[in-house]
Amino acid sequence: MKFRTMGRHVKESFRSIGRNGWMTFASVSAVTVTLLLVGVFVAIMMNLNKLADDLENNVEVKVYAELIADEEQLATLEEEISTTLGVQEVVYSSKEQELVKLAETMGQEFQLYEQDNPLFNTFYVKAATPKETLAVAARIAKLDSVERVEDGRAQVQKLFSVLDVSRNIGLVLILGLLFTAMFLISNTIRITIVARRRDIEIMKLVGATNWFIRIPFIFEGMWLGIMGAILPITLVSIAYYNLFNLFNVELASTGIYSLLTPMPFLLQINALLLAMGIVIGVWGSFMSVRKFLKV
Amino acid sequence: MIQMKDVYKKYPNGIVAANGITVDIKQGEFVYVVGPSGAGKSTFIKMMYREEKPTSGDIIINGMNLAKIKAKKVPLLRRQIGVVFQDFKLLPRMNVYENVAFALEVIEESPKVIRKRVMEVLDLVGLKHKARMFPTELSGGEQQRISIARSIVNRPKLVIADEPTGNLDPDTSWEIMNIFQEINSRGTTIIMATHNKEIVNTLKHRVIAVEGGMIARDEAEGDYGYEI
Repeated sequence: MKFRTMGRHVKESFRSIGRNGWMTFASVSAVTVTLLLVGVFVAIMMNLNKLADDLENNVEVKVYAELIADEEQLATLEEEISTTLGVQEVVYSSKEQELVKLAETMGQEFQLYEQDNPLFNTFYVKAATPKETLAVAARIAKLDSVERVEDGRAQVQKLFSVLDVSRNIGLVLILGLLFTAMFLISNTIRITIVARRRDIEIMKLVGATNWFIRIPFIFEGMWLGIMGAILPITLVSIAYYNLFNLFNVELASTGIYSLLTPMPFLLQINALLLAMGIVIGVWGSFMSVRKFLKV
Repeated sequence: MIQMKDVYKKYPNGIVAANGITVDIKQGEFVYVVGPSGAGKSTFIKMMYREEKPTSGDIIINGMNLAKIKAKKVPLLRRQIGVVFQDFKLLPRMNVYENVAFALEVIEESPKVIRKRVMEVLDLVGLKHKARMFPTELSGGEQQRISIARSIVNRPKLVIADEPTGNLDPDTSWEIMNIFQEINSRGTTIIMATHNKEIVNTLKHRVIAVEGGMIARDEAEGDYGYEI
């Protein structure tokens, strides 16, 4: 095929979009609605995932040192904990610091206990990977000078299973949505092509090869996909940018949670939407023309 | 130019539309194909541009055996034959110019040649001034003239017309016939299926009558021969 014929096909695809007014509108709308759904859904899923990760990474083992342990023993214990297999980070918090923290969250009345502090000197231990948390807690419990270890066992395990299940559900939902999108759009494109079935027959009778007929349709599908992606990309970007500014400051103040920052995230999600639009448009056209080419 | 030998065509529903047709048509001839409805006239015509494939027998056009060519080669065959249909078969979303140009675009002619040739044939059929209009904006006769322009724009040696005047009034029919006459006088072979008794009896040419899937009559300067 000559290069200028390619140019002819591109031109023809544009012309066809213009002259098929309502059909173009219908296909673009279908792409728009679906991509908008996918965009919103993916944005929510990704951020929930991010929050879950934040939460997961924040699971700690609390190690209470024996009350009788002196400075030296505490130092040894800290040394031992930090060299325990699977430990990533150890933060020491003396019982005085613990009391300050408690007073901050529970109220100033707790300051009264300053005279006779009932709290323990505590080590906050973070495992290298969240899944190791329980094993790490068990290992630390065997060390000397350890009074008690709190691993939030029930809490942690429940959290992990909930996270795993919700991630899988999310994945299935996204896949389902993608299939629905493909089906919906290829159907719309098929309707527009059924309307042009006669055109295809005539073209073949005049001596056009299959590819000569197919290529303009494929280009057209691509343009439809791109046009359908414009609105979802714009809306998702604006909405996400604003929601991010609205919520992230507050979330970030917890020191644990944060949303995905717009800059790489919006680029990724927009690239995804654009690519989906194009793939769906091209694929839809290709599949739909195929049926009518056997004249 | 065209040789058919023992051509036999049976449709899946059991109807035998061609029952041993043997015929020889030479370059530059003008041939009417006549016969009652359902006698196999259309099948006879359609087999020549490979819209229908014969069940057995040979059809040789320009050295290609239509009974044997692969589906991929069919476009190549159709580019060597101009076809004019009773219902015009113009592309509704393309204007007159683009409809005619399409036949040249499929053979990847250069835009310059396309422009020149399209304007030439539109001039020949007298519709140069309507190049930018759409088929739906034209009368039946005008649409048929566009369809003829498209069929001859890539200068085929053979033009096949399937009842080209079937949907037109008598005056318009004669205009169309004049164009065919003109094309034929330039050396192009024309095969035309028709029900138009007046035309066949007035504008004398070879007449092939098809009845029951067989050639009932083949006369050099024949009559229509049927009462309507």
